[in-house]
Amino acid sequence: MNTNTASYKCKQYMMFAGVTTVVFAAVVIVPFLYGLYLTFTSWDGVSKSKPFVALANYAATFADSAYWQALGRTVIYSVIAVILVNVVAFILAFLVTSGVKGQNFFRAGFFIPNLIGGIVLGYIWKFVFNRAFVALGESLSVGALSTSWLSTTNGAMLCLIIVSVWQYAGYMMLIYVAGFMSVSADVLEAAKIDGCTNLQTIWNISVPLMVSSFVQCLFLTITRCFMVYDVNLSLTKGEPFNSSVMAAMHVYNQAFTYKNYGTGQAEALILFVVCAVVGVLQVYVGKKAEVSA
Amino acid sequence: MDANERAARNKKINHAIKIIILVALFICFIFPFILVVINVFKTKADITSNPLALIGSHGFTMKNFPEAMQKMDFWRSFGNSAIITICSTILTILFASMTAYVIVRNKWKACGALFGLMIASMVIPFQVLMIPLVSLYGGIFGILNHRATLIFMHVGFSLSMATFMFHGAINTNVPISLEEAATIDGCNRWQTYWQIVFPLLKPTIATVAIIDAMAFWNDYLLPSLVLARKELYTIPIATQVFYGTYSTDIGLVMAALLLAMLPILILYLFLQRYIVEGVTSGAVK
Repeated sequence: MNTNTASYKCKQYMMFAGVTTVVFAAVVIVPFLYGLYLTFTSWDGVSKSKPFVALANYAATFADSAYWQALGRTVIYSVIAVILVNVVAFILAFLVTSGVKGQNFFRAGFFIPNLIGGIVLGYIWKFVFNRAFVALGESLSVGALSTSWLSTTNGAMLCLIIVSVWQYAGYMMLIYVAGFMSVSADVLEAAKIDGCTNLQTIWNISVPLMVSSFVQCLFLTITRCFMVYDVNLSLTKGEPFNSSVMAAMHVYNQAFTYKNYGTGQAEALILFVVCAVVGVLQVYVGKKAEVSA
Repeated sequence: MDANERAARNKKINHAIKIIILVALFICFIFPFILVVINVFKTKADITSNPLALIGSHGFTMKNFPEAMQKMDFWRSFGNSAIITICSTILTILFASMTAYVIVRNKWKACGALFGLMIASMVIPFQVLMIPLVSLYGGIFGILNHRATLIFMHVGFSLSMATFMFHGAINTNVPISLEEAATIDGCNRWQTYWQIVFPLLKPTIATVAIIDAMAFWNDYLLPSLVLARKELYTIPIATQVFYGTYSTDIGLVMAALLLAMLPILILYLFLQRYIVEGVTSGAVK
């Protein structure tokens, strides 16, 4: 059979990748392009007509101070959360690969928060912050705990960070565990013979050999933190006084609550560009730092 | 005491310190869950007066469960979540693995273009697509509020990542000589794929199934935009709506949260090793 004809290729392609092409185009490519078009219209979500407004949505975005505040807040939250998640995850990974008894049990346990959706996690922690911590503060008469952290501006941000660290540390731990395992025992032994202490071995041998794990974890945490929505919705709902509205929630409200679909889409696009630039830059810098044993 | 003895003792102390730190961290990690479990068996008044007590002054109660189950329509949302998760996962695996196969084994322009687009699209977050999706499928086609629409979208969003993973697996784990042998024995491409290639992809199928099923089961934003009718709610939507209605009835909230977590926790109890392995190999790729 001749396998080099256009009709053969076409048949094969349609047979194996036809459905994928259609679904992928319908759900990702077309909406993405349509979204670009939407940013040039002022659509209210109901009417049939989508009046063309040129760059008015982008002008509205630049004038929307609430959006820039939300974006700034998201950056602050992301920087703190990303650092803490990775520090905690790295320490956890070190502890559960150091040959302690029952380390598989601990690994499985630390991973549990990842199994459960952000909505449920947020409500559980809301209970912890609003009731359990307050009760603890009252019984021990600790002033800092006696009012709910969620009711203050900085407290709400702190709560979001705590929950994010708790949520993602177990997942990132697994990636660091894989990193620790990939460092060959020979190199570690050589370092020991040369007189390295435990800490020196980790810092001078393991960490440089695990750069790809760091790059990966940073990429995952940066993109997740930038786009945080579920936990934001259930834990703080943007309160108090809209002081904990993150960028993704602002976009959602702009489009689906205030019915400014065009502006919402323009804001989503800018958020995406910021996130993609940071993520890709990080990977680029990280790849350069990679070394091999 | 000689040096050896001292070293051994240091090692022991070191080990003990590590265990203590691990146990302390472990308690921090599961503390919120423990809190839910101890409060779910208390009356509302007992939770309000002391959420930290093991047993409330009114004693042990099971009343929260049936009421929460009925009010969040638990079995119906469980069924919806199950149908949507299972169908989306199976379809994703079938289509993604087939696509990866044709991409790996042929150097056609269309394959390269599709794969390139898929890789590029993986950086697009859902928030960029949600507004056009709602406006296209709600406004123009008017097919929101169907489970099938949600399944269609779930599959569409997860195809890129899954195809990428199968691409790697076929490249490294499926020897081309095996396929050539099948061709000589008279298999056409379609038969070769199902009888030779697909069975060899089992480990990757398990990884993709675990990662995607967890993502589908826990997803809130997309389902909440697609499914607005009460009888179509998935568990995350039902939880969100339930909390909005009964947030003051804290005993019921505890029961609802526990119910929402239980299915996946029970599954984790049995498939724990596979889930941890699957997530690791999925992330490291």
